[in-house]
Amino acid sequence: MERLAESPLAVYQAHLERGELAYQWSPEAQKAVFFPRVVCPFTGSDRLEWRVSAGLGTVYATTVVHPAGEGPPYNVALIDCDEGFRLMSRVEDLPPEAVRIGMRVRFRVHHPGGDEPLYPVFVPAEAA
Amino acid sequence: MEGLERGSAAIVGVAESDLGAVASEMSPIDLMAQGVHRALADCGLRLRDVDGLLCATAQSRTSGLALAEYLGISPAYVDTTILGGSSFMFHVAHAQAALALGLCKVAVIAYGSTQRTIGRRHASVREYNPYETPFRPFLPSTAYALAASRHMHQYGTTREQLAAVAVAAREWALLNPVAWEKKPLTIAEVLSARMISYPFTVRDCCLVTDGGGAVIMTTQERGRSLQKAPVYVLGCGQAITHANISSMPDLTVTGGLRSGRAAYAMAGLGPKDIDVVELYDAFTINTILFLEDFGFCPKGEGGRFVADGRIAPGGSLPVNTNGGGLSYCHPGMYGLFLLIEATRQLRHECGARQVADCATAIAHGNGGVLSSQSTVILGTQAVL
Repeated sequence: MERLAESPLAVYQAHLERGELAYQWSPEAQKAVFFPRVVCPFTGSDRLEWRVSAGLGTVYATTVVHPAGEGPPYNVALIDCDEGFRLMSRVEDLPPEAVRIGMRVRFRVHHPGGDEPLYPVFVPAEAA
Repeated sequence: MEGLERGSAAIVGVAESDLGAVASEMSPIDLMAQGVHRALADCGLRLRDVDGLLCATAQSRTSGLALAEYLGISPAYVDTTILGGSSFMFHVAHAQAALALGLCKVAVIAYGSTQRTIGRRHASVREYNPYETPFRPFLPSTAYALAASRHMHQYGTTREQLAAVAVAAREWALLNPVAWEKKPLTIAEVLSARMISYPFTVRDCCLVTDGGGAVIMTTQERGRSLQKAPVYVLGCGQAITHANISSMPDLTVTGGLRSGRAAYAMAGLGPKDIDVVELYDAFTINTILFLEDFGFCPKGEGGRFVADGRIAPGGSLPVNTNGGGLSYCHPGMYGLFLLIEATRQLRHECGARQVADCATAIAHGNGGVLSSQSTVILGTQAVL
């Protein structure tokens, strides 16, 4: 068996460093796979191809977290990307309670600063 | 479940440990042992009769070792399956299988938690997930809130309907002397309480208490010779659909649909045959989702179903008769308490909250973030 040179997470993070939202594609299942992994959950095969999302999606579910005495409320959402995968993220550039299910959104990279890894957030598609 | 025989095993002893806020420095294993001692007294068996040990707690990675050592037993069969709050319903099915195969003759299922005393963050350490943790979901609340948002969007479910679940649970809790909450609750009070993760206020979320308990199981034959009427395991079913909420296929349909169908099929019963309904209410949306998934109302109708006191005391369907995780007790992995309450209802031991003439009950466990679902259908001798 060939030893993997890079973990799925490392490949995903490297794409984010280039400003890209990466996901995997299962050629046998003809389905998108997310989160990135070593084995396809649809077929059990280890044949998974990396692809880069166009970065457009739709809000599937949304909530506003109210931290107890730890800063202002913030959005947490599940986003269905057009390529057929879902991920957790948040929608920015509008009040957290204004995020609506069905809203069209566009990906951008968030830089948390320090040594924190980059992660994908979304903004309303028309504003991007 | 395929391979298990309806009624081959019975629950013969049940007990809670101390609940609520226990004495300081109590350990989760102290509470497990207290539950075992009391449950054995409930059925008249001795510790030396126990040769099967099943247990789980978030506070001990090897609780099977810790509890066996504590009790001074060397059980022939041990199972520490841990899949969240539903673990104990999985244990019932595993104990039934072990009893049927003769791997053990008397099985104890035990739980203990001191999460209120030591703090929830210490009792149940969250695992880092690089695809979720950066977004700071307040877990588990945020995951269930996402499911509620989807149900509201698709079916028009309202915050008032969610609140009706909490109010019904509170009305039942007021009939239960050992329930944590002692004061009445209104819909307006639920809605105006501190917001946690929209649409949930703190009153839509389960309690954070200490607590534990135990359930004793044995074979149908042996169960008949003990001091109380056995409560038979008529059906079991289970389903795992995901671990993290971002991987849940459809946030409005739980694995309870599959676990319930499997349990109904094994029991030869359907929702119209169930007298008492005990559903894992970690959050108000749970009760609504499970009422739908177990066929008590059509998918999407759960909010309207609970709105008019239908599941409260005096309503047409008795649900969460102990007051539930919302108002009675929730030490983190609540499933065992549903089995205890269902058994007591079927023995007619429930005093002011007793459901009249009940012979069948469903006890449904939920684990993780709607991740693991395990259903147990129980019945008296009359329906065996």
